Amino acid sequence: MAVIRDMIPAFELFQPTTVEDAISILDRYGEDGWVLSGGLDSFDWFKDRIKRPAAVVDLVNLDSLRGIRSTDDGIEIGALTTITDVVMHPELALNYSVLTDAASGVATPQIRNRGTLGGNLSQDTRCWYYRGGWPCYRAGGNTCYASGPTAMNREHCIMGSSRCVAVNPSDLAPALIALDAEFVIQGTRGTRFVDAEDFFMRPSIDIERMTILKPAELLTKVRLPVRWAGSHFYFEKIEDRKAWDFALMTVASAMRIKEGVIEEARLSVNGVAPYPVRLGSAESLIQGQTPSDNLGIKAGDLAIAKAQPLRHNDFKIPMMRNLVRRAVRSPEG
Amino acid sequence: MEFWRRAVNPWNQEVLIGISWDLMWIAIIAGVGFVVLHVIWARWLVSPSHKPSDNLNLGLPSRILRHAMTERVFHWSMALVMFVLLVTAFFPILGIQFAWVTIHWVAGIILTALIIYHIIHAIFWQDLWAMWIDRTDIKSGVVELKHIFGGDGPDNPTAGKYPIDHKLFHHAAAVASLVAIVTGILMMLRLETPFWEANLYLLTDSLWGLVYVLHGLSGVGLVTLTITHIYFAIRPDKWWITKSMIYGWIPRIEYLGNHDPQRWVVTANEEEEMISTVSGGTDLSGGNVNLDSKTSS
Repeated sequence: MAVIRDMIPAFELFQPTTVEDAISILDRYGEDGWVLSGGLDSFDWFKDRIKRPAAVVDLVNLDSLRGIRSTDDGIEIGALTTITDVVMHPELALNYSVLTDAASGVATPQIRNRGTLGGNLSQDTRCWYYRGGWPCYRAGGNTCYASGPTAMNREHCIMGSSRCVAVNPSDLAPALIALDAEFVIQGTRGTRFVDAEDFFMRPSIDIERMTILKPAELLTKVRLPVRWAGSHFYFEKIEDRKAWDFALMTVASAMRIKEGVIEEARLSVNGVAPYPVRLGSAESLIQGQTPSDNLGIKAGDLAIAKAQPLRHNDFKIPMMRNLVRRAVRSPEG
Repeated sequence: MEFWRRAVNPWNQEVLIGISWDLMWIAIIAGVGFVVLHVIWARWLVSPSHKPSDNLNLGLPSRILRHAMTERVFHWSMALVMFVLLVTAFFPILGIQFAWVTIHWVAGIILTALIIYHIIHAIFWQDLWAMWIDRTDIKSGVVELKHIFGGDGPDNPTAGKYPIDHKLFHHAAAVASLVAIVTGILMMLRLETPFWEANLYLLTDSLWGLVYVLHGLSGVGLVTLTITHIYFAIRPDKWWITKSMIYGWIPRIEYLGNHDPQRWVVTANEEEEMISTVSGGTDLSGGNVNLDSKTSS
């Protein structure tokens, strides 16, 4: 690991008061610009002197991106809303408990007070080879140090890799995929809307980015559709220690169950691939079925069909199978 | 502008990791620049080409076989694969993003198979020496260069089956392709596949850097070569050559005007193959000679 130093390299600091100004500044600096939200990912990079942006755009004054409000179509959450605010929101807790369950498991109370929804979703991977400043594929180099024969890759991926085997660290991502959330992205070319699962970049497409956000784009809102409000949910996070850790794996499910039969289901797992994975095959399998342990086993077996462990993380395969099994057999609601 | 990408490896050594993508733009600019200069030269600076005469047809058929069906299938297969390789290599760098890695290495394997086929086919079934550059070609090239730069030489020195510029292009493309293939196969050893486990440490970091640099250089070289190749393929005055890569034959008048019958001798076999592949068995040759000689360079 790189040694954290005291001094952050100099950069131009901007604190715009409108989203348009923020985007304009980011557009001006392009790849040399950096978006600062809660700072919980950014300051590690800066202090390690691995990322050296020329300009940092601090979103602290963008009040329009804060808050949770009900709409005709569901609920809209501003990207700068803190994770604590998500946890504490009564309507979210009542109708979208998979999200509040996920949010309450993020890091520590202090980090949840400071960390934002947008920051949690956009944060970079925690692969220590990458964050240590080694010239890996994700850092623009030509090697994945985490997949070598002597690599320490216990926390890395078991599927979906393409040269890079790092995993996405977001706890909220699988919950939002299960909820069929829509992400609102604003940029110089206007606003675009993407499904939650499409927000996360595959390394086979662009190995140097975790999300589809381009340099002059901001994630501004997340919309939760009303059709999944009050559904049967399940969320579980596995971590090495309960006090404060990144997930080894998370699972989230949302099911609409009528008369004991699953009418519609969405399943998502994180910590198994460089992006949060939606389990489409398992969803198809369980729709029209009654939730049960047996169905959970079948769904779990299907979920791990393409899993390929690295040297030190074969434990993740039964872990994934069991998490999917639990998510299918015992949805709450 | 930078030529190379460098990084500091975990052992604090500065190593090459590849070419700078600035070189991709240089390759594109070089290709397009060549095309623009050639258009200007051909349009305004060179005296009009003489039109080939068909007066002395030597009793030749009206259509001369230039490329057999197998050669044409190979050429277009390779063109398609090369196009896929260049698109998957460079479009993501240009900002057009898609899942390119798998397509790229699969296309690379197909290219490798095609090249192996081509080498074997050229050695055992084709006249390998027809593509060889000999003294006559060099003299012909000098004459053509003099003409290009305003000398008094003829504008169209007669060639064997393949003119010197075609041979030079072939050899440049062959070198670039072979380098890309060899380095590409080495790079594939770093990927996990169903056939082998990834091995990052087969070579030292410095040697891996060299492999990536050579792969990149061959790639951008092929960009320039492809731009110029497509340009000549669509030039109206070269269309007869392009059509020969589609239909297999060239008109007798172009044969007589651009080739030396002493160096590219039409054989009976070629004529027969032309009839069978072009006209489906109907004799459209328009000639009745039965030449029994060979292509010579």
